[in-house]
Amino acid sequence: MSATEQHGPMAQFEITRYKEIHIAGYDLSFTNSALMMVIAVIGITLFTILSMRGRSIVPGRWQSLAELSYEFIAGMIRENIGTAGLKFFPFVFSLFMFVLFLNLIGMVPYSFTVTSHIAVTFVLAFAVFLVVTIYGFMKHGIGFLKLFAPAGLPIYMYPIITPIEIVSYLTRPLSLSVRLFANMLAGHTMLKVFAGFVIALGFLGVIPLVVIVLFTGLEFLVAVLQAYVFAILTCIYLNDAENLH
Amino acid sequence: MPQLDFSTYLPQIFWLFVTFIALYIIMAKVALPRIGEVIEERRDRIADDLDNAQRLRGETDEAIASYEKALKDARAKAVDIGQTTKDALSAKGAERSKKLEAELAKKLAQAETKIAAMTDAAMAEVGAISTETTANLVSVLLGEKADAKKISKAVEAQLAS
Repeated sequence: MSATEQHGPMAQFEITRYKEIHIAGYDLSFTNSALMMVIAVIGITLFTILSMRGRSIVPGRWQSLAELSYEFIAGMIRENIGTAGLKFFPFVFSLFMFVLFLNLIGMVPYSFTVTSHIAVTFVLAFAVFLVVTIYGFMKHGIGFLKLFAPAGLPIYMYPIITPIEIVSYLTRPLSLSVRLFANMLAGHTMLKVFAGFVIALGFLGVIPLVVIVLFTGLEFLVAVLQAYVFAILTCIYLNDAENLH
Repeated sequence: MPQLDFSTYLPQIFWLFVTFIALYIIMAKVALPRIGEVIEERRDRIADDLDNAQRLRGETDEAIASYEKALKDARAKAVDIGQTTKDALSAKGAERSKKLEAELAKKLAQAETKIAAMTDAAMAEVGAISTETTANLVSVLLGEKADAKKISKAVEAQLAS
């Protein structure tokens, strides 16, 4: 890692190993990415447990916020899957909170954006894909394959539609993970690039500074929005497994 | 691009597994049931309160109905009492006037008999006086005493005509 790289727009995405851990030849080092994930889990746990400490009938601010998140995800599942989908509630809630907290932690200066790494987002998306596929086959057996042949089409359409459906199904983990990863990557890179301009332009650097301030606001929106999109797409995919459209 | 440094994939994914599974367990076993419980409790409480309010309203309605019924009954009773009193009073009045009338009629009859008796007495006296006067006249005119029987007969005949 050279000095120029250190200050380039991509330097913020470097994985730094805080503690080298090698078990049976596998590199399981504790990195800055791992640290942020641990912080996120602790943060979510504190947020959801500490805020409910009072268990008040009339909630305070933090309790309202926790209940709001709970009702938000529960409502999302009821709307997209129906009440039968509430068994996925802890899964979708964990996913939403995890992505949301990681995105927001990434907005803190000098921190690290875990979700800007395709390795992480792809594993999360693939977990969703696995849950949907396994649950789909568990619930409908081989009938789950009817997902690829939607009913009510003229017979000659099936040879065209079925491959399209299969491809779109198989590329779901890719599109789900790339959407989150690319959004986070692009936003953070752009902020860094403009930050470089502030120094390079001298007095005129005020202009990119204003742009950074505005884009930082936008990045907060993107951070929340992408977590929401991730959760709602998970719900839509789970709906396929539950109800076979 | 650090994202394409495959040597970092394994540590990232390993810690992702560790943290996400921990998060899932904490959420599923502890955090979410607690939030759900509180929300459920509140929903029950609100439903209970609404039920209570509904029940109390029912009771109020009942109380109002019974009050109105009592008022109506009292009013009817008052009218009834008034009517009875009026009837009783008018009956009493009628009785009294009847009694009075009867008394008056009795007195009238008594008075009439008295008058009749007095008339008879007067008439009888008139007969006697006439007879006496006639006898005196006759004695003065004729200078002799007339037969009293004849005179009274003549006077009677005159009076009767």
